[in-house]
Parts: sequence; C-alpha cells; structure tokens
Amino acid sequence: MTRGQRRKLRLSKLYSFSCIRLHGEERHAQIGQRGYSRIVYCNDPDNPAAARLNYKGNHVSTTKYTVANFVPKSLFEQFRRVANIYFLIVACVSFSPLAPFTALSFVVPLVLVIGVTIAKEAVEDCQRREQDIEANNRKVEVYSGNGTFHRTRWKNLRVGNVVKVYKDEYFPADLLLLSSSYEDGICYVDTMNLDGETNLKLRQSLDVTSSLRNERCLQVFTAVIKCEDPNDNLYSFVGNLHYNGKEYPLSPQQILLRDSKLKNTDYIYGVVIFTGHDAKVMQNATHPRSKRSKIEKRMDKIIYILFSSLIFISFVGSFFFGIETRRDLVDKKYRRWYLRLDDTTVFYDPTRASLSAFFHFLTALMLYGYLIPISLYVSIEIVKVLQSVFINQDRHMYYEATDKTARARTSNLNEELGQVHMILSDKTGTLTCNSMEFVKCSIAGIAYGQGETEVERALARKDWSSEANEISIERIDSHGNAVHSGKPIGHSVKGFNFRDERIMNGTWVNESYPDLIRKFFEVLAICHTVIPDVIRETGDIYYEAESQDEAAFVIAARELGFEFFKRVQTSISLRELDYERGEKIERNYELLHVLEFSSSRKRMSVIVRSKADLLLLCKGADSAMFERLSKDGRLFEHATRDHITKYSQAGLRIMVIAYRKIEEEEYELWEDEFLKAKASLSADRDALLDTAADKIERELILLGATAVEDKLQEGVPKCIEKLAQAQIRLWVLTGDKLETAVNIGYACRLLRQGMREIVITLDSPDIEVLEKQGDKEALAKASLESISKQIRRGKSQLTSAKENAMEFGLIIDGKSLNFALTKNLEDMFLDLAINCASVICCRSSPKQKALVTRLVKLKLGKTTLSVGDGANDVSMLQEADIGVGISGVEGMQAVMASDFAIAQFRFLERLLLVHGHWCYRRIAMMICYFFYKNIAFGLTLFWFEAYASFSGQPAYNDWDMSFYNVFFTSLPVIALGVFDQDVSACLCLEYPLLYQEGKQNILFSWSRILGWMANGVGSSIIIFFCTTNVMVEQAFRRDGRVADFQVLGVTMYTCVVWAVNCQMALSINYFTWIQHFFIWSSVAFWYIFLLIYGYISPTISTTAYMVFLEATSPSLLYWLSTLLVVVSTLLPYFSYRAFQTRLQPMPHDLIQRKQRECAETKTSGESSIGTKDKLKHLKEDTEHSES
Amino acid sequence: MVERGETSSTGGSDGTQDPFPSAKKITKRPKYSRFTQQELPACKPILTPGWVITALILVGVIFIPIGLASLFASQRVVEIVDRYDEDCIPPSFKDRALGFIQDDNTDKTCIRKLTVPKLMKSPIYVYYQLSNFYQNHRRYVKSRSDKQLRSRKDESKTTNCEPEAFAGDKQPIVPCGLIAWSLFNDTYKFSVTNQPLAVNKRNIAWDSDREHKFGSDVYPKNFQNGRLIGGAKLNSSIPLNEQEDLIVWMRTAALPTFRKLYGRIEVDLEAGKEITVMIQNNYNTYDFGGKKHLVLSTTSWLGGKNDFLGAAYLAVGGICLFLAVAFILVYVLKPRPLGDPSYLSWNRNPAGHLN
Repeated sequence: MTRGQRRKLRLSKLYSFSCIRLHGEERHAQIGQRGYSRIVYCNDPDNPAAARLNYKGNHVSTTKYTVANFVPKSLFEQFRRVANIYFLIVACVSFSPLAPFTALSFVVPLVLVIGVTIAKEAVEDCQRREQDIEANNRKVEVYSGNGTFHRTRWKNLRVGNVVKVYKDEYFPADLLLLSSSYEDGICYVDTMNLDGETNLKLRQSLDVTSSLRNERCLQVFTAVIKCEDPNDNLYSFVGNLHYNGKEYPLSPQQILLRDSKLKNTDYIYGVVIFTGHDAKVMQNATHPRSKRSKIEKRMDKIIYILFSSLIFISFVGSFFFGIETRRDLVDKKYRRWYLRLDDTTVFYDPTRASLSAFFHFLTALMLYGYLIPISLYVSIEIVKVLQSVFINQDRHMYYEATDKTARARTSNLNEELGQVHMILSDKTGTLTCNSMEFVKCSIAGIAYGQGETEVERALARKDWSSEANEISIERIDSHGNAVHSGKPIGHSVKGFNFRDERIMNGTWVNESYPDLIRKFFEVLAICHTVIPDVIRETGDIYYEAESQDEAAFVIAARELGFEFFKRVQTSISLRELDYERGEKIERNYELLHVLEFSSSRKRMSVIVRSKADLLLLCKGADSAMFERLSKDGRLFEHATRDHITKYSQAGLRIMVIAYRKIEEEEYELWEDEFLKAKASLSADRDALLDTAADKIERELILLGATAVEDKLQEGVPKCIEKLAQAQIRLWVLTGDKLETAVNIGYACRLLRQGMREIVITLDSPDIEVLEKQGDKEALAKASLESISKQIRRGKSQLTSAKENAMEFGLIIDGKSLNFALTKNLEDMFLDLAINCASVICCRSSPKQKALVTRLVKLKLGKTTLSVGDGANDVSMLQEADIGVGISGVEGMQAVMASDFAIAQFRFLERLLLVHGHWCYRRIAMMICYFFYKNIAFGLTLFWFEAYASFSGQPAYNDWDMSFYNVFFTSLPVIALGVFDQDVSACLCLEYPLLYQEGKQNILFSWSRILGWMANGVGSSIIIFFCTTNVMVEQAFRRDGRVADFQVLGVTMYTCVVWAVNCQMALSINYFTWIQHFFIWSSVAFWYIFLLIYGYISPTISTTAYMVFLEATSPSLLYWLSTLLVVVSTLLPYFSYRAFQTRLQPMPHDLIQRKQRECAETKTSGESSIGTKDKLKHLKEDTEHSES
Repeated sequence: MVERGETSSTGGSDGTQDPFPSAKKITKRPKYSRFTQQELPACKPILTPGWVITALILVGVIFIPIGLASLFASQRVVEIVDRYDEDCIPPSFKDRALGFIQDDNTDKTCIRKLTVPKLMKSPIYVYYQLSNFYQNHRRYVKSRSDKQLRSRKDESKTTNCEPEAFAGDKQPIVPCGLIAWSLFNDTYKFSVTNQPLAVNKRNIAWDSDREHKFGSDVYPKNFQNGRLIGGAKLNSSIPLNEQEDLIVWMRTAALPTFRKLYGRIEVDLEAGKEITVMIQNNYNTYDFGGKKHLVLSTTSWLGGKNDFLGAAYLAVGGICLFLAVAFILVYVLKPRPLGDPSYLSWNRNPAGHLN
C-alpha cells in the first residue's frame, strides 16, 4: 500500500510487543565504532570519564545570528547578491574623488534598502531568540545525588542526568525511558511538534529498568549507555544499556525525544542521552532547500544584461572622455584653457589620457548605476510577503471542517504558481479524503453492504459507447442499490457507512454462516495496532489508529457488535454480545505475537489465544493472501474474488481476511524459531523474521474481504476539469491498485469518456512465469523488453490516432515504471506520457514518485507542482518546483516539506488560477516596470554626458537622484506588485485559459522584457531631447532669464518622475484608492521634496536651493514641457497597447471586458452555464457590440 | 494497566490535540475585509476602442492649440543674433587669433552694426552666447567654494578650487575656483544713432543667489593675480553679491552652448533702426573653437524665441490625431479577428500541448 513505508516506520515505534525491529538492528554490532561512539554515564554526569567526553549542555540557540555577529553576518548575507556587491563597492568608491556625486547621497539609499532587509532579518531572529529563551528556561526536575529531585532550568541539564517529567510536560532533551508511573514502564507520547501527528504514541522502558520507580532505587542506579552519535533520524536509535553487568539492546521504543510531550502518564523517569543541539529534533532542524522561481532566475539574467549594458555604456563614455581629454592638448597647448588642465590631477590629465579614461570608467560605473535598480530585491521581497498574506487570508481557501487556511510557507514561489505546466498528485488523502469508510464486505462468499460509492455513481454516469477499451470495465449493477444511497439510516458514525439489515443489529446470527461472520469481525477487532481511548465521562471510545483503514475496521467491528475497548501488553479485550444469553460479555484474547505489516509482506497477523484455541488472525492484500490459503480454506475463493474485482472497480480498498487454527505443538516449534530469529543480531535478521512469519502464515482459511471507501474530496472533479481547461497536466501517482486507480480516475474526471486507455503493465503470463522461476536477470530482461514494446505500441497508437483528435490516458503500474524510468527508456516513456491527456501511475513507491517528478522537471524543463498529503509524498514535494501539501488527516510531514499548504485539493484551483495568475502577473509586470523606470532614468544621465564631454557630471542634484529609487518611484511599484489584478478572481476561475499567460510565460518573455527596456530607452531619449531642445539657450521665462544647469536638471527630473509614474498608471489594470494614492503621492512628493529641499539653507541644498520656487515654477515653459514630455513618453506604449488589444488581444484583454458580468454572477451564486458556452457568448458579445 | 484516566481532550490544553473542537475555540477563518480578500472597489480601465479614440483625439485637440499658441508666441519674439568672434579679429591677426586675444596690448575694440528687424518692445534682453564651452564639465562645475562665496569668515575654505585656490603666497583667492577665474569679460556698449543706449545690468542675477549664496561682506581678494589670467577682473571694493556678472556666470550652464544674461535695454527699438555695438572682444574662445554671439531679444509669455516647443506640441497632437484615425480605420476595416487560434484551443484539446 502507499503508506507502507511510513507504516513500517511508525509501527515499529508504536508497540512494545512489536516483533520486527527496524533496520539498524545490525548496527548494534557497530556500537563503539565510528558513528556509534556516544557513551552516557547514567545518573553520574560528574564522572571523570563523562567530563572527558565533554558533551555539550542543553542550552539551545536556533537563531541565525548572535548579538555579536549579527551585524557582520547579516551584512554578509545581504552582500552575497551580485547587485548588492556592486552597490557596496560603489558606496566605498564614492568616498574617493572618483565619485560623480556626494558619497552620502549614495550611501543613504543603500543603507535604507539594506537596512529594511536587515531589520526584517532581525525581527525574525528576535522571535526565534525569544522562543529559545523560553525553552532554555523551562523547569524540569533533576535527580541530584542526595536522593532528591530539584527543579532546574532546561539549559542546565547535562548528559547522564536523571530527570522526572510530569504529565503534559515536554521532554527537555532526548531521554532514555527508565520507568513510568505505570508498572510495566509504558508511557504515552505526543509527537505533534516532531512530525505533526496527533495520535499518541506508546513508549516502553526495558523490563530491567521499569522497576526504578522511586528516589531510593535511583540512588543506587548506575548504568552506562553506549549508543549512536547524534543524528537526525527520528525513527531509529541504536544503542546498548550496560546495567548490572549485562548488556541490553535499546531501540527507539525506549527513547523519548525532545519537544514531544508526555501524555496520559503521571510521570516518567529518564536519562538524558542527547542534549541541546545533539537532540534529534534539533539535528533535524535544517533549513529547507530553498527553491527559486523561474522568474527570479530570469531576473538574475536581466540583471546581468543590465550590468553588461552598464559596463558597455561606461566604456563608451570613457572612450569618448579619453579622446576628448587627449584632444585637450594640441601642440603643447591646452585647448580648453578654462579647465586649467595644465595643473590637474590624473583624472583629467590630457598627457595621461588613457589612465584618466580608466579612472573615468570607474566614475561612469557609479554614475550610470541607476540602471541597476537598487531597491528591486527588497521591493520584490516585500511584495511577495504581502502576496503570501493575501494567500493566507483568502477565505475561499479556508476549510471549515479542519479549521485550516491556506498557508504560503515560502513566499518566493508565489509567481511560480502561475506557471505550472504539470501537476503530479498523490491520490489517497489528496484527491480523496483519506477518511476511510467501511462500506462493503464479502463474508463467506456473500456480499454485504448496499451503499453506493461515489465512483459507482460516476461510472454509472459514464456512457460507454462503442469505444474499444483495453481493459474491460463492466458496469456495476448499482441501479438496484441506488435507492439506498445517500440516505443515512439511523445515526451516522464516522468511518462507517455500511448498511445491511442482514447482518446489522445482531441479525447476523440468522445468516447461513454465523460462525464465519463472527470470526470475520473478530479478526477486524483484534488484528490491528489501534489504541482505544475511553472517555471516562461518556464511556465513548475513540481509536487512535496509525492508518485510517484500521480505524475503519475497528469501528465496523464495534458497530456490528464486537467492541474493542481495552488493550494491554499481552491482551486485547472485546465486548461482545452473547446472543445466547442476550447480554454483553467481555472477552479477553491473549496476545502472543504481532506479525507486523510491511510493504513487502502486504499483510499483518496476530497470534492470540482465546479460551483454549490458538488462532492466527490475518488480514492483507489480495495478492499476498490468496496464495496462502489452505486447500480447505478456498471454499469461497471464487465468490470472494468476484466480489473483490467488483469492489476495486468501484474504487474501494480491499483487504482480505483469513484465519487459521494453530496446533500447540506447531506453535511451540514455530515460536522457538521465531524468537531465535528475533534475538539474532545478524544482518539478515529481517529476512529471518520474514521467513519465520511466512512459515506460520500458511494454510489460512478464507473468511472474506472488506471494502473500504476512500471518498473523493469535495469538488475534486470540478477542480480537475478546471485545471485541464487551463491546460495544466495532471498526473496521478498512487500506490493503489490499477483498477482502483483507474476508477478513481474516472470518478474525478481525470479519465474521460471517449478517452482511449494505454495500459503498461507487467501482469502478463510470461512475465509471471519468469517471476515464479526466480531468475532475476531473465526477468529483468524480459520485463524491459515487454515495457519497451508496450511503450512503442502506445506511441504508434498515438500517431495513428492523431487525425481524429483522440485523447489518450496512460496507465502504468509501479513495476513497469521501474523499467520505464531506466536510462534507455525514460525518454521514450516521457514522450509517450506527455502526449497522453492523463497519466496515472499506480502501485508507485515514494521514490518512484520523486523519480517521475524529477524526470518531468528535468527533461521537460517545465514547472512542475506536486501535491500530496502523506509522508510518502515528501520526496516528491521536495523534488518538484513547487510542493503543495494537503494539511489533511495524515499528519504534518507533507505540509512541513511543502511550499504551500492547502486544506483541500480543490483549493488548488484557486491557488493556481487566481493567486498564481495574479502573482505571476504582478511580479512579471513589476520586474519589467522596474527595469523600465531605471533605464528611463539612468539613460538620461548618459545622454546628458554626451553633452558634457563625458566628464562624469550628473545632470541632477545628488539627493534628487538618490531618492529616485527610494521615494519617488518605489511605492507605486509595490502597490502594483501587491494589488494589481487584470481580471477579478471569479473571472480567473471562469476562464481558465487565462492561465496560459503564465504557462507560456507571455508576460515575462524576452520579447516583452526587451520591449519594456526599449520603452525605457525611448522614454529616456524623449525626455532628454525634448527638455534640452525646449530649454536650450533662449530665455525660459518672461523675464528673460535663461535655464541653467539646475533648471534643466529639475525639468528633466520632473519629466522622469511624471513619465514613469504615469507609465505605471497606464499599465495598471486595477485602480483602487491605494494605487491612486501611491502613484499620485509619489509625484506630489517630488514637488514637495523640491519645495522643502529647495527651501533649506543653501549650505545643505547647494545647487537645489530655491530652484523650483524661484526659477521653474513661475515658468510656463517648464510646465508645458512637462506635459509635452509626459504625453510623448506615454504615447508609444499607449498606442502599442491599443493596437495590440485590438489586433492580437491577449487572453486577459478579452476577458477584462466581462468584468461587470462577473460581479453579477458572483452575487447570484455559481453560474450554471458551462465555460464553453460562456466563451462563446463572450465572443459573440464582442462581435455584436463592435459591428 | 493501560486504563487511561484522562483523555487527551481534557488533559491537553493545546487545541490541536482536541478531538472535539469546542464552539468557543477561536477559528482561524480569515476575517472578511475587502482589503484582505482583494476585493477593494476599483476602477478597471480597459482600452476599449471608444476610450482609445477619445483619449487620442482629446490629446490632439488639446495639443494642437497649445502648439499653435507656443509657435505664435515664439514667432512674435524679436531676436537679433550676431556672431562676432571671427569678425572682431582684425584682418592682420586673422591667422593668429590667439595671439591677438592673449596680447594685452592689442586693441580689442570692435564695432558691430545691427539692424532691428521689427519693433522691439522693452525690455530687450541682452545676452552673450558661447558655444563649445563646457561649463558642465565635472572639473569645472566643482571648482568653486560656496562657503567662501557666502560669508567672509569662510574666506579660506577653498576646497575643490584647485588650481585656483591660493594665490602665490598661500593667500586664498576670493572668489576661488575655475568658474570665477574664467569669468567672461567681453563688454558691450550700445548706441542708436549716436545716442548711447543704456544697458541696465542690475537685477540680472537670481535673487536667491544675491541674497543667500553670495555674501554682502565678501570682497574679491587676490583675484586674477596669478601667473595665468583667466577672464574678467573684479572690482575688489564691491561685495560679491553686487557683482551680478559674476553671479550670472557662476550659475553654470547645462549644455555647451549657452546664453547668459548681460543686461536689459529698457527702451523700445523701432524697426529698421541701426544699433551700433562697441564690443571689447577680450574673451578667449579661439583656443577651443568656441563661438561668441551677441543676442538681443524680447520675450513672450513663453520666454525667448524657440519654435521647438510649439512644433513638438503640433507634432505630438498631429500624431495623436493620426493614430486616432488609424485606429478608427482598423476598427472599421478589421473587426476583432475571428477564430483566434488561442481562443478556444483548450476546448478542442483539453490537455493541450506542452508549450
């Protein structure tokens, strides 16, 4: 099963009587060697030997910085960005005479920008620090030598201390459980903080230490633990306890991990093994691999382009400056005498023109630095954080039932959500609810259960025309039962949706095989690893189950009269109705052994003694079970198989139930062998155990099969349809059986009517024969051949069907996938897969899921998103460009590994189509605009240089320039990045084809980026040449005064500020008061700045003194030239957009026209008209209105 | 025994454990606000044909009158421009203009006769125009000391003034720096029909400069005393804030061709009148090939004579109207293209191609 892997991990630590220990048993042998060298002197931390080991204390610090290193380290972090390094160097050089402007005017914006980012870091780090302080100062009781416990702070704990932890307290470090308030040394642990799983786990101490239950015993307790070195594996522990001269192996079962909590146990005693950062949870706290979006990667390239152009124009400038400088010396005469170049520094020396050109190059690099947007990174960071807030706050992605909102766990992938090509989805818990409901069962060849599953309903809807299907799926006779569906009878119980009068309410005794029915439910009630949880007040029982399937079984057994209510170490108690006497009786089953579930075994058994009988109760996957039946046990095999086929076609999860009686002698013989295997420390211990288990799990008698429904989540089919319309591929990677997966595929409309299925499987007779022969090499070869043949056949089908637009669905199973993912076949496989409309990989392991993800990601180079909910999806989530975790019932591991967490699969639709689209658009626009505004501004400086013999004199006042990126243009861009919407959310959802803009990267294509840059170049040319020509030499006011340096500078700058802000206003699609406020206040602020700055005493304002108030503001020419320049700079973009929306409209241009209509449909609720019709209407409308 | 007295629901205080979410528990449901739900009332401008055409025509309709008015204003300005740098070199010095200009003993006086083309209403502004003179050169722009100019106590602050910071004996030069040193020193005397024409040279500098940037207690010192003489000398008994020629000169020009205000003639000049200008041609532009012009100009509400603004307004207005027409044509001739391939593509092929 899909979660086999996880089960294996978790079950092993769940149960004290677990027989199969984790891998790592063999590692016990390595204790004392490298990697396993830790020695803990229990209860004796002051032992000189311990002191020599010098293990660190329990003080933790999770902060990135300390007070001492904050400044250097955070600065270092900041200056790792290329652009920032450049700015830093410029800032340093700006203190030299090379600088074209005052150093301060350059340093201030840099400090501001870096300061904001560092402040953000500091705030985050302070929060972490507070948490650390809180954790370090928590109190815990520590045993001190004199036989008493005293309270101390966590941070004072040392390795070897014995601590006493009370109920609901956190464990201060990784502890070895010595004993607990329970006699048998068990305790319950809540590991919420470790893995997010809310069910309680059981831990049990070694028998030898479980008696150490009071201070007196502890006084004489000394022992030595030799164990592994600190590592990050939460689910393994290798070590030995040397106690009383004996050596006892330790397992994770005895380890209490830091940050987990003691529950339902009054207190425990434990020895500190790993302190502080050595604790497993701290070792685990690695920073997640940071993912970067494609846009950001491209942005880096653009920055490099800008750097190159910066260097280029600097070079051009220096070149001309060099020539000009050299020309200043003609025949030993200095041409421009007024520059006094006869007495100059090297910077202008005509005799050393090339050297001065070189120095000028440095100056120019600073001067034209405005090409590189200094505030780009910080703006983008701010914008992304705010975007994430919007995602988190979206009420449409809030799920009432679990009280969960969507969470953007990393904000740097927001825009990537708008570019997803391919979704790789888990099935269980992602497409389905993972709340298992017991719906049907087949006992002794008779099918019980009359409910209709969702899949059945979907299949009933499915109209099978004459389409040839490669696997024949017959329709299930569901019509007869359809009457019962959807009508809850009596009270509804979670996990139980079974209706059948024949066996409910005790009527099963009247059936033909009451004994078998009873056995069947006994197996369900006993063969599991569930912990019952009785609420004292009400007497209600809750089950803490590892897997939802098991919970469903136990609940089903309870509902049918076999109430499992108590489990202790060695026994399981059921409350059954004794029909002969008509009263409830309690029955005890002595639990002898549990043969655990594992993905390879695909079955689980328990051996119990009930009264005098020794029973082996077994449940497992059909493939593993049928071959283990005895001859006599196959009585109902045929009927059961029939039912199983039907059930799996109905999308149900199947478990086969069987049992056998064991003779005492046989049991004893077997137990010997089994215990021997269990005790063995050799490397093949697992194999030995498997063989031993295999020996007893034979000759089973078939009882029947259960069918559990994993319901489709709400809105999944609709969501998948929408995603398909947005041309996002959805591949389902599931661990389920092929039939189940296919049927779920139909139910969620992943496979559609009229689709042709291509099935790649190794379930062919010749392969099976080879499998039986056990010749691995031949098998591999034959399999490979078979797979490649099948892939080739699939491809030929594709090509032949190309004309009639046939769609294909590819279904491949895990075994075949193994071969399809080999080097030779992967290209072919991928080629086939991407040409199919839908792909389902069933029976795939977590690793395969990750491999498929990687294959798609690397080979196609397209953005992949994987979505999953369980621990088995973690590798897939981390592998994909974007990992979306479903915060469902399966714990938090997937969520912890994800970039975005949503509560339900259907929210993916909104996350991608609305937020993804918006964020993509916003960021793309924002970056383009950023480059535009900086090029428009930076190049005016360059043009001016051409008229100042490239001497490096900036056209503007120093402070005007330095505030350009910080005050006059930054806020509108942020507003654009945070608020802009091309179309409203409901239109995004209604017209999924809008998503193409992101998918095809239309808004951030090179042509568009270069277009914006060209627009910037154009704007700068217009601004410079218009203003200079308007203000050349003649009087610019009525009173005959001429424009000087400052007047021209201010005029040009005014034009720049207006032009870039109006350009912003023109490109915004969504004007709220916020945008209006930011844009117009930026412009207004420029004038206010001019006024105030110009009003300050000339000591500070220097050249800007009174320029606006005295010189430019009374000049009509100034205002008229502003108007002229602004309109001319906007004209190219405006007319381009006007003609482009007309002649080659982009999707959003078409849809924007529908704004009003959407507002109406939104108020009237969901629109019933299909998208197709809508688009048709839209098209007709536009045609009508315009003809 | 595993009898569990208390259950997690009653024992644990943390909500995540709770199997029974109680009603009083605070839900995480995001609070509704139009802001967080991104539903703020907004204006959503769309480039509909109507809007585009209206906007373009509107711009055209506004711009063309402005353009016409500007052109008209510019045309009304009467301007006399006279280049004299070449003609004011006596024929004998034609090939060695430099020698002429640098020789203190040559007679620099030069008579120019200008005809008034149209009635010039007072005030008539007199400018000198230099070209190819890089007052915006970084070395030049920086070569001044604002502190020194402002107050007497900062006399010795001559940073940036090199090489015109100190006179030979380490005495600070006031005003220091290249700008002041290269002060323009041509002078003009005007007369009409032998009647001298007064040129008002007061109030040609900006008030802010006179009042705040140039001190009333700062007097020229050690100025033009060095080995090399740059331009004009200053009367060391007049404070800097009254040396308006200097103040005008010190406001550096942005472009290599520039005019600076020389003075105002405050009488009207009839059309056809001949103005005689006696020029002292002192300033050396021959070294760097600069031209010198004398400009007399009236002003309009827009300032001096420059057709560019009007022409540009007309051009932009014209382009807008043209674009409007083009857009109407597109609109009439080529309605929205039918069957745009990207239009319904998903419909035919739901899975699409990976592109």
